[in-house]
This record gives sequence, C-alpha cells and structure tokens, in this order.
Amino acid sequence: MTQAARERILARIRSAVEQTPDVPPPTRDYLTAHTRDDPTQNTERLHRNLTEYRAIVHRATPTRLPTLLAERLAAQGAQSIVVPDGVPDAWFSACAIQRYGDRGPLTPAALDAIDAVITGCALAIAETGTIVLDGGPDQGRRALTLVPDLHICVVRTPAQIVPSVPLALPLLAPDRPLTWISGPSATSDIELDRVEGVHGPRRLEVVLLETEG
Amino acid sequence: MSDTFLGMPAFPQAARVALHNTTLRANLRHATHTIRAKRAQAVAELSDWEQLRDAGRQIKDHTLRHLDRYLIQLEQAVTESGGTVHWAVDADDANRIVADLVKATGESEVVKVKSMATQEIGLNEALAAEGITAYETDLAELIVQLGDDRPSHILVPAIHRNRAEIRAIFTSEMAAWGRAAPDGLTDSPGDLAEAARLHLREKFLRARVAISGANFMVAETGTLVVVESEGNGRMCLTLPRTLISVVGVEKVVPTWRDLEVFLQTLPRLSTAERMNPYTSMWTGTVDGDGPQDFHLVLLDNGRTDVLADAVGRQALRCIRCSACLNVCPVYERAGGHAYGSVYPGPIGAILTPQLRGTTSAIDASLPFASSLCGACYEVCPVAIDIPEVLVHLRERVVDQSGAGHRTESIAMAAVSWALRHPSVLATAERLATTTRALHPRRPPGVRAWTAGRELPELPAQSFRDWWKENHR
Repeated sequence: MTQAARERILARIRSAVEQTPDVPPPTRDYLTAHTRDDPTQNTERLHRNLTEYRAIVHRATPTRLPTLLAERLAAQGAQSIVVPDGVPDAWFSACAIQRYGDRGPLTPAALDAIDAVITGCALAIAETGTIVLDGGPDQGRRALTLVPDLHICVVRTPAQIVPSVPLALPLLAPDRPLTWISGPSATSDIELDRVEGVHGPRRLEVVLLETEG
Repeated sequence: MSDTFLGMPAFPQAARVALHNTTLRANLRHATHTIRAKRAQAVAELSDWEQLRDAGRQIKDHTLRHLDRYLIQLEQAVTESGGTVHWAVDADDANRIVADLVKATGESEVVKVKSMATQEIGLNEALAAEGITAYETDLAELIVQLGDDRPSHILVPAIHRNRAEIRAIFTSEMAAWGRAAPDGLTDSPGDLAEAARLHLREKFLRARVAISGANFMVAETGTLVVVESEGNGRMCLTLPRTLISVVGVEKVVPTWRDLEVFLQTLPRLSTAERMNPYTSMWTGTVDGDGPQDFHLVLLDNGRTDVLADAVGRQALRCIRCSACLNVCPVYERAGGHAYGSVYPGPIGAILTPQLRGTTSAIDASLPFASSLCGACYEVCPVAIDIPEVLVHLRERVVDQSGAGHRTESIAMAAVSWALRHPSVLATAERLATTTRALHPRRPPGVRAWTAGRELPELPAQSFRDWWKENHR
C-alpha cells in the first residue's frame, strides 16, 4: 500500500539523518553570468552559440521578416506549416504555402504530415545558445514544435535575450510546460560522437528579429 | 533488456574476460578519450566552476539532511498541480504500481524515456510478465534492447558497441520489433540515427502511455526536469495521454533556483555541451498540452540505507553525469558490464554495494574495482569523494570476513608499516633488486587479483642506492 510505503520511507529517512548536524543551504558564491549584460554582445553570443550547435541563424528587421520566412520555407522545401494562434498574421504576408492553425486540436499523425512550424519564444539565453518555449500564445502547445521536422523560431532582440541560465530562471514560470532548445535534435550515442538529427525537429532555424527596446 | 545482471561473477572474473575482448577495449578507449578532451574544454569556459561544484554539493547535502521535509513539499506541489504521487519502498512495489497504472489505461504497450531508476528495478521485465511491452526510445537504449544486451554506461548504455556492430543489430533485429531497418543501411552515425528515427516514429505517434525518470524534481514548485538530446524524451513526455515517472527520492532539489547550478554543470560534464539540445520541465498536468494523467512514483529501493551511512551517503548526491566513468582507468579497460549493475564505473562501485548490500560475490568485490587514483573525485560535479567511500566500503567488506580480502588487508598493513619505516623500506628494496632474477612474472598469492597483471621489471639498483651513489 502506497500510504504505508510513504510512512515507512519517511520514517527511515528520519532515522537515517537524525544524528546528523544541520546542513545549511548553499552559499552560492558562483557567478550570475559569465559575460557582461550588453545587448549587442548578447545577440552576437546567442548567434554564435546557436550556430555552433548547427542551428541556422538569420538577422531580420520587422519589414524584412515576411520575405525571409517565405524564402526559408521555400529553401527547405516546406509545403505546409502550422502556426500557433498568437503569431502575427503579418509574418506570412509573403507566404503562399498551406498554413494550419492548431484546430481540433491537430492529432500527432496530422502534425506529422505538416512540414514546418513557426513560433516565437519566451526568452533566449546567450551563453548557452538556448531558446526557451513556455507554451505562450505565439508558441502553442508542445506537440506543435516537436513533430514537424523544421522549426523556425523568432527571437525578438535584444529584449528577449538574457546572458545566462541564472538570469533566465527567475523570468520563467514553473507552472507552464517549458522546453529548452539548444540546437536541433542530436545524439552522442554512437561512439560518443555528436550527430545532429534524431527525433525532434532535425532542422532548427532561428530568426533574430531586431526590435525597439 | 531481457538479459539481466543476476548471478554475475565478481568484478575480477568479469573484468578478466573483458580485458581479453580487444574490440571492447578499442571501443571504450575511443569513446572515453573523445569525450574527455571535449569535457575539459566545456568546463574551462566557466571561471566559477569550483564554486558551482561546491554549490552543487551543498544543495545536495542540505536536501539529503532534510529529505523528509522536501519530499512532503514535493508531494503537495505535484498533487496541487494535478498529478498523483505514489511511494515505493522497493523494486517490487514500484513495478507493481506502474504495471497497475498501465493496466488501468487498457494499453498493452508503453514508450520509455531513458531512465536509470527503471533499469535498476527491472521494470521492463516486470511489465513483460504482465503482458505489457515497453519500447526503449533512447538511441543507445534501443541498441541495447534490440541487441538483447545489457547497458554498460550511465549516459551511453551502448558505449561498448561500435558503429559496425550497431548496423548489424539494426539490420537483423528491427523488423521483429516494428519497422525494419532501411535496405542498404550503412554504418555512418547519421544513417544509423535516421534508421532509429524511422523505426520509432510510428511508436511515438500511436503511444498512449509513457514512462520516464527525471533528472531533477523541484520541491517548492512540483516541477520535474528531463534533460536529453534526441527528442525522444520530448516525444514521450508530450504526445501520450498518460505519463508515469519513476524517480529516486534523492532526485529532489528544494528550490527552482537550485536548477541554475545543475543546468550549468550537468550538460558540460555529461556530453561536454554548453547546454544539451532539449530540456523539458513540467508541473503536474496542463489543460490541452501534453499528458492529462500524470503519476509520480517516488522510489526508495535501498536509498534510505545509503542515507543512514554517514560516509557513504554522499553517493546520493550523484546527478548521473557519467564523467567519472569517462575518466576512470579501470572502467576504460574493464568496461561497464564487469560491474554487474546498471550503475557501472566508479559511482557504481560505491552505489551498487550500498543499494544492494555486500553479501553477493559481485557486490562485495565492487569496492575493490578501483586503483583509488582519485580522477573520479576530481571530475565529479557534486564533489563525491569516491575514493573515500571505496575505502570505507572495503572496511565493511573486510569486517564481514572473506579470506581474499583479508589477504589484501594484511598486505596493505605490511606496506603501510614499511612506508612508515624508511630503513625497512631501504632494506626491502635492496633485497628485491639483488634477487630480481628469481622473481616470478606475476605477483604471488591472491590469484583473483594477480592473474590479470604482470610485475614490472625491477631495475638493477634501487632509486635510493642510485641517489646515494650519484648525489653525494
């Protein structure tokens, strides 16, 4: 019985540590960030680190964004995309391909038949080359950014970039489902050598969108 | 994994067999050396590495001291966010809870995220006995499962297999488990990964139940964290309707903020990356996103015994990064299977005998499966003093008797006496060099220890004598 098991485990823990002096919480004399929080440097560093882990990174102004997205989808041979509700329609003014919303909602099999997904993000971390999704309106539920093989993620710079992991966590809400993405799917399982592309989207493109403030 | 570790020979016998397997030694040497250099570079990027390591140690020690409090807090937070918490004293308990939960869904197959805890309790075999098929979805676990093999590394369970062997396994075995390997499959890692993708895709898309472990559980928020690379974890944690996570009680951390330490140290040490490709965090259930039914099984299975040992309990700090395996000279040569446990290498040598006790031959031999060189301690991101625990466990094994180990303790006592008495040492050395023509090639006495070793040739003169002659 799980209730009896609970009591037994808790009792065993208490008897195991009762003779042990109290251990204080950690001192945390490590750094909050390893780099200066400079907007230009943050963007450069994010760009470089994402590229190193084989994401394809672009820079764009809001004016140029629709053309860039249309070009990238065409270059990757995408025939269809799924788009969360909160992504602005204006991003697709230059796209002619089949566009789906998450109506129904879409089943895993339906998502598997869609070539690409375009989203925003919650924030990005420069030092580690990470984008974080939190299921916000411009990101949708987790399956959308998982099943299609191409993910194009738009990061608003510099506002959405933080320098480091310790500076990112306080900005994220633990009660939302979070997905941290650092480059496309990869594996080191064959001879501990890194190979890109297994189950998640095999192609990750990140657009660093220049915005005001 | 249908093969098991039951009835394994003691480490020395298993290691001797492994030492003669030249393919295995070449595979291990290649893989561990590849990762070592990269890891050193990833760590060197952080100027505060020592402080992060110290904080990791402190967080874990603090948590373990108040483990009851943090588990209760975690239980409450998970329950409030829509999850159900179960407690399992041992492997049988946990297996029964999981099997019952799966049966209640009416499903007869599950997809699995790589998890040490479920390997430790033999969950796949227990589910099979109940008519439930568990599909491993991590690439290395898939290789192990298809090859009817045993895991040999914490992070890369198929590290003992090279690409040619993996190709052969995929080609001959995939069809029996689902979609067959593509015709003309080559042994390039990219092609092998593609074959795994195609094979598992249909399973992910139809899966209704997933089973995972977790790297961390946050007490204050009820959040579980899974760190991975391939996306198989995301598939399992996102697409099925029911998610069951089996997690050792020591995986809890008190606060959300604590993740800032481990999310910096774990990826750099395990795969030598600034950050692993995917990290998933979820708290209970979320309407319309991911599994709508979430169960957390908190597993003891010997952990509270480890906690009761004031020296040995530091093993519970382990975050399963596997860096200690990659730097260990014994692991590099003997391989993971010789340790007779899902936890191989230095951490396995201190964890397994504590979790399972030291009554069997294999478990009693594990604390001796080390040269005490200390490389594992140096690299450990939570500063587990593995040599200290090894020596502590050796004492325990010697105390419970066993002639072989008593021989070692007597020999060690003699050496230690000689080292503390320089004149004795000098005489012994001189005696050794003058009689060297008479020495056997192998050390005499305890055959279990000596059979795999050859004595180095002694020089004609001891260093002391040479020094005296040349530096007056």
